[in-house]
Amino acid sequence: MRTLKYWQAIAEGLVQGMERDPDVFVMGIGVDDHKGVFGTTGEAFARFGPARVFDVPIAEQAMTGLAIGAAAMGKRPVVVHPRTDFLFLATDQMINLAAKWRYMYQGASEVPIVVRSIVGKGWGQGATHSQSLQSLFGHFPGLQVVMPALPRDAKGLMLAALQSRAPVVILEHRALYETEGPVPEAPEVTPIGTAAVLRPGRDVTVVAASAMVLEALAAARQLEPLGVDVEVVDVRSARPLDTETIVASVIRTGRLVVADTSWPTYGLAAEVAALAAERAMGALRAPVKRLGLADCPAPVSLPLERVFYPDSTTIAAECLATVGRAAAELSARPVEESSFRGPY
Amino acid sequence: MTSKPAPRRGRKRLGSRRRQPAGSTSPKSEFLRRLYYELLRVRRIEEKLALLYQEQEMRTPAHFSIGQEAVAVGVCAALTAQDVIYSGHRCHAHYLAKGGNLGGLVAELYGRETGCARGRGGSVHLTDISVGMVASSAILAQTVPVAVGSALAFKMDASPRVAVTFFGDGAVDEGVFYESLNWAALKRLPVLFVCENNLYATHAPIWVRQPKGTEIYRRAQAFGVPAEKIDGNDVFAVYQSARRAVERCRSGQGPALVECLTYRWLEHVGPLDDTDRGYRSRRELDAWKRRDPVKVAARQLGALGVLTPPAIQEFEAQIAEEIAKAVAEGKQAPWPDPRDLLRHVY
Repeated sequence: MRTLKYWQAIAEGLVQGMERDPDVFVMGIGVDDHKGVFGTTGEAFARFGPARVFDVPIAEQAMTGLAIGAAAMGKRPVVVHPRTDFLFLATDQMINLAAKWRYMYQGASEVPIVVRSIVGKGWGQGATHSQSLQSLFGHFPGLQVVMPALPRDAKGLMLAALQSRAPVVILEHRALYETEGPVPEAPEVTPIGTAAVLRPGRDVTVVAASAMVLEALAAARQLEPLGVDVEVVDVRSARPLDTETIVASVIRTGRLVVADTSWPTYGLAAEVAALAAERAMGALRAPVKRLGLADCPAPVSLPLERVFYPDSTTIAAECLATVGRAAAELSARPVEESSFRGPY
Repeated sequence: MTSKPAPRRGRKRLGSRRRQPAGSTSPKSEFLRRLYYELLRVRRIEEKLALLYQEQEMRTPAHFSIGQEAVAVGVCAALTAQDVIYSGHRCHAHYLAKGGNLGGLVAELYGRETGCARGRGGSVHLTDISVGMVASSAILAQTVPVAVGSALAFKMDASPRVAVTFFGDGAVDEGVFYESLNWAALKRLPVLFVCENNLYATHAPIWVRQPKGTEIYRRAQAFGVPAEKIDGNDVFAVYQSARRAVERCRSGQGPALVECLTYRWLEHVGPLDDTDRGYRSRRELDAWKRRDPVKVAARQLGALGVLTPPAIQEFEAQIAEEIAKAVAEGKQAPWPDPRDLLRHVY
């Protein structure tokens, strides 16, 4: 299978979704400019032109309402936000209206909008360009929330979102944009609401989301020489959450570490931990550990950023703790020299 | 420029429920009588609902439209069945004027499975998609951009349909109103903004919320949107203004705004007179009641020789019968099954 970068997979999924359904259109800041939202909308614009891919004012609330109103008339709008933090300005439309629509009008009509947004991380993104809102949107019945980690799912979940009847929030991660992986050329859907066991293991389950999935896989590799066999579960969808896959994994391994891209408190990690407590308590052989952002807004300065975000070593240390071993056994992870160049 | 009317489908909106008693039989006279009939019908329905509301069996916060009916009726008379409308919390009149099913409204207020939203929406979340009443919602200005979005869809499809958003002077205080106007104007979308200015946002008069000397319709003009302020208690004036605006929308010239000055007779939410509460005076209400849209229309049509007292009596009887039937059915309609609690969640 050929290899694509995460952003290329998004771009391809979008184009194939637009080919499949002429009612799909794309609106957002910069979707038709020379950067094309980090390359994800450029091909769609080249293929379908300004009638179906167009820029909008920075007016998140109205633009989301606009998408809802078009969707109610049969369209399938994709609203693109280069940074997820701007979604706070769209929450009335997304939570108070789109999420409620089908229920409070009891199926009289539906508003299948797709809201794409990108979570920033690193390079001093700071407090208001780095937040990941899965627990916010995942809290409300009526929305679907997906968080692709691998390129194939970035494409597959895009295609799924464009076929869902529900309003779907796609939380992409900027730190994943240059990562590569096999992606089928055919428009293969990743079903919404399904997690994936990316690496089977016997000793401890790491349930991870988005960019933390890659950290979890790296942690599993770090722990291999130490004889700790980690199972990595990629949640892929925050809502609906694939509880069966998660619970089955926890029951198999008896240990659970949850690694999220947001704060643990009231977060996706808390939800997964609660799930284990409710449905796998008897199987647990160690306390559940939640891992996420440090409990402060995102700092800018590099040494602060490094301790703000958990990484594979943090995950590996917690995995070791669940089997009663000390983190000191881990060799320090070399700081990876990123090929990334600013300004972002 | 003349507009190309959208094809009519389904039942006609105005007064087609029953044969109308004849006065003058010209099409224009017939149309004017239908307009009056609709106005009277909305009034009588709202009066009855407000009365029944006091039995404490409609467990849903209801914002009655009494006093403001001419806006809904006048605007909807300028629309086709394919045009769509959106509304806010005070939405009964809009729903009814667009042709929304009366039984569906009554049953919705009683929380029954036969309600227009099957008892899940309540008074502020009405829908009757079959007649183009798409949605209403309780958050101010929330459906303003949604109507603009529907207009965008119409334009993309080169469809002659028009979207209308009804909102109040309170909604104009929301930022999303301006975001929506901006985009509608920029893209020349077929959307009619109808501001039902009843001078109060809940209990706050407009003069404590908006700068003296400013006018809502002028704000639309600042975006290049043609706008006018009219007497919202004159159903014929509303109709004429809406018709011009809708023609403009339909012919691709872009959005328009109509600010309709009107007044709410009952309390903000609930069925009672609240002039003893101190935020507005009995005298103010009485002055507006002298401009009762139903009486104003009757006087105008009477003077034209189009409407006679016997015709009004026959209208009253028809309407009373329709309401009685809807209420009886609504009260006896089945409750939703608790096993269906989660239906229609994704």
